[in-house]
Amino acid sequence: MTGTRLDPWVDSYAARTQGMTASEIRALFAVASRPEVVSLAGGMPFVQALPMEQIAATVSRLLTERGATALQYGSGQGDVVLREQILQVMADVKVNAHPDDIVVTTGSQMALDLVTRVFCDPGDVVLVEAPSYVGALGVFRAYQADVVHVAMDDQGLNPVALAEAIAAVRSSGRTPKMIYTIPSFHNPAGVTQGPERRTEILTIAQREGILLLEDDPYGLLGFDGQPPRAIRADDDQGVIYLGSFSKTIASGLRVGWAVAPHGVREKLVLAAESAVLCPSNFAQMTVSDYLATQPWREQIKVFRELYRDRRDALLGAMDQLMPAGTTWTVPAGGFYSWITLPQGLDSKAMLPRAIAALVAYVPGTGFFVDGQGRQQLRLSYCYPDTDRIREGVRRLAAVIESELDLAHTFGTTHALADSIGQVNPAPDIA
Amino acid sequence: MSLSVVVLAGGLSAERDVSLRSGRRVAEALRAVAPDFEVIESDLDGRLLQQFADQAPDCVIPLLHGAAGEDGALRDVLDCAGITFVGASGEAARLAFDKPVAKTLVASAGIATPASVALPHSMFRELGAAAVLDVIAEHLGFPLIVKPTKGGSALGASIVHNAEEFPAAMVGAFAYCDVALMERAVIGTEVSISVIDTVDGPIALPSVQINAPGGMYDYNARYTAGTTEFFVPARIDTDLSEAASAVAITAHVSLGLRHWSRTDMIIDADGVCWFLETNVAPGMTETSLFPQSLAASGFSLGEVAADLVRLAVSGR
Repeated sequence: MTGTRLDPWVDSYAARTQGMTASEIRALFAVASRPEVVSLAGGMPFVQALPMEQIAATVSRLLTERGATALQYGSGQGDVVLREQILQVMADVKVNAHPDDIVVTTGSQMALDLVTRVFCDPGDVVLVEAPSYVGALGVFRAYQADVVHVAMDDQGLNPVALAEAIAAVRSSGRTPKMIYTIPSFHNPAGVTQGPERRTEILTIAQREGILLLEDDPYGLLGFDGQPPRAIRADDDQGVIYLGSFSKTIASGLRVGWAVAPHGVREKLVLAAESAVLCPSNFAQMTVSDYLATQPWREQIKVFRELYRDRRDALLGAMDQLMPAGTTWTVPAGGFYSWITLPQGLDSKAMLPRAIAALVAYVPGTGFFVDGQGRQQLRLSYCYPDTDRIREGVRRLAAVIESELDLAHTFGTTHALADSIGQVNPAPDIA
Repeated sequence: MSLSVVVLAGGLSAERDVSLRSGRRVAEALRAVAPDFEVIESDLDGRLLQQFADQAPDCVIPLLHGAAGEDGALRDVLDCAGITFVGASGEAARLAFDKPVAKTLVASAGIATPASVALPHSMFRELGAAAVLDVIAEHLGFPLIVKPTKGGSALGASIVHNAEEFPAAMVGAFAYCDVALMERAVIGTEVSISVIDTVDGPIALPSVQINAPGGMYDYNARYTAGTTEFFVPARIDTDLSEAASAVAITAHVSLGLRHWSRTDMIIDADGVCWFLETNVAPGMTETSLFPQSLAASGFSLGEVAADLVRLAVSGR
């Protein structure tokens, strides 16, 4: 007699769906959305700081004057006017390109998907930072790429470790297809590659003939000085650059882009057409009109100052309240700080206690494919105001104290074993 | 009879997501079979009591899982506010939600339940965890199950095969609750039986046998369709089936529950039905056990929910 598995298609799924399962960690994030909880988990931009009335007027004018175009299919490569404007945006990170080099996508997440689709066969190796952006790991896994983490230091991706990892991959008979890096204000590590570090990494990629995929959603959100110069500024053939309006304008518009060498770009456009026909004309034209009519650089300055205040609130509160043995990175921009818990504490096991104490974070294991990260967690300061951030840190510090007490009682303060499987947080958490 | 019914789901517990899915499913099922009902879906938050004062619902269906929803607290508040609701009273829910208390009460009614010990974290701190764990391991033997004394969906629960695994399992359980239950693991067939009240008294629905991967019916196995194999009714002989149903009804009655409940048990090789726990707000998601039992019995979820609303409104 055969029972039921409550899913008649259970034997039909592709192998790549392995690991797409319910998770208690993901379930806990359902609580994080409640207002009682101080969520230091989500990477949601603070869109409330946008000039909503002006945007409403822009959208209204767009629909009134060019509605028939905005609501119609468009080009698979993206709106040509917007592509020209993107060149102006990228000038701040010193990327020079031609509008034809740009493919507009549904958020840079789609660009990640397209690049992986075009380059990676199952089993190909993608080298990523340790830790790395959870959304990118999800894409690489979906295409059954073999993800290899490479160590970071306070300057980001470590070039010595990168060279060693490439050699190890080659000696195992596998093909390293891409190096994926977030050089500026890293998600989740909160660190930034300096100019020399960028040159070293680019040199390795060029020497080894491996494509460099540069993801730069936070590049314009530095708190001090000029935006870091993109790696793509120094190599237009070996680097694919991914940009996004999610953090500089609004994540809900879902407009990002890729800048790629000619041959690659052709394939990306074809892949994009097969995936979505074309990116949303309405969203692209909204962004285009916003860039044309609003002081967008001034607005980015508003965001930078807001996020700097929040970063300062987080760091100040952690300095005051975090138990001894807790360490963290000091971000010079972007949204995140990467926390290392005292020896032996497990951020994934601690999360239910944190949620019960009404504070949320993302456990470090979510940013690895191989179970590392149990002693780490990501805190994000972009969304709650400074008072809430301080309250969140106060709650989290108390949770860590009680977890230390528990670990001390049971003598579990030994090195942690790797976790099993990966947790994919929902979009508002990624 | 036209009635306004509030389906209450969500809350702040670790089972919020499960609760929201349960609530949505019951609300939709009610709307499908009872067009004369006005069905409102609400979350547990600071506006709720004002909403009740404004709307004066005829009945509330609390489908909050975990603390607040199942520990009796919310039900006591509903009682104080004079609001009729489906399910156990606050007092009964409090007894059933606390696993060691429920085990004691059900054992007093003559039902077997695995030997167990429930201890707070402070006891381990004061006596030294290693020494206490040694004593417990000696007393209960391996394998044993460690779980929070309060809570559901197997959150914080794990099976311990040896002394090495014991400390981490305790830390996992204490992440969800300040008191942990350590229970001798019974090897056998995992069976769940739902009970509903009718005008003629409580009846047991067809049993569900759970074949979880690796024998651990954890969160993943519960809520990922396709992961666990179920048999409804359970593949047990008629005598055993009747005995298991009697256990579920005895638990329902001895805990003072009403309207609906779901009792989980293990049937060992000797045919003994070992009581594990009873849920006062059974899960109602697509993969939950209660709806599977209902489907096998020929009842629809909407019809049963509507009947229970009418039963509650009639004061029973």
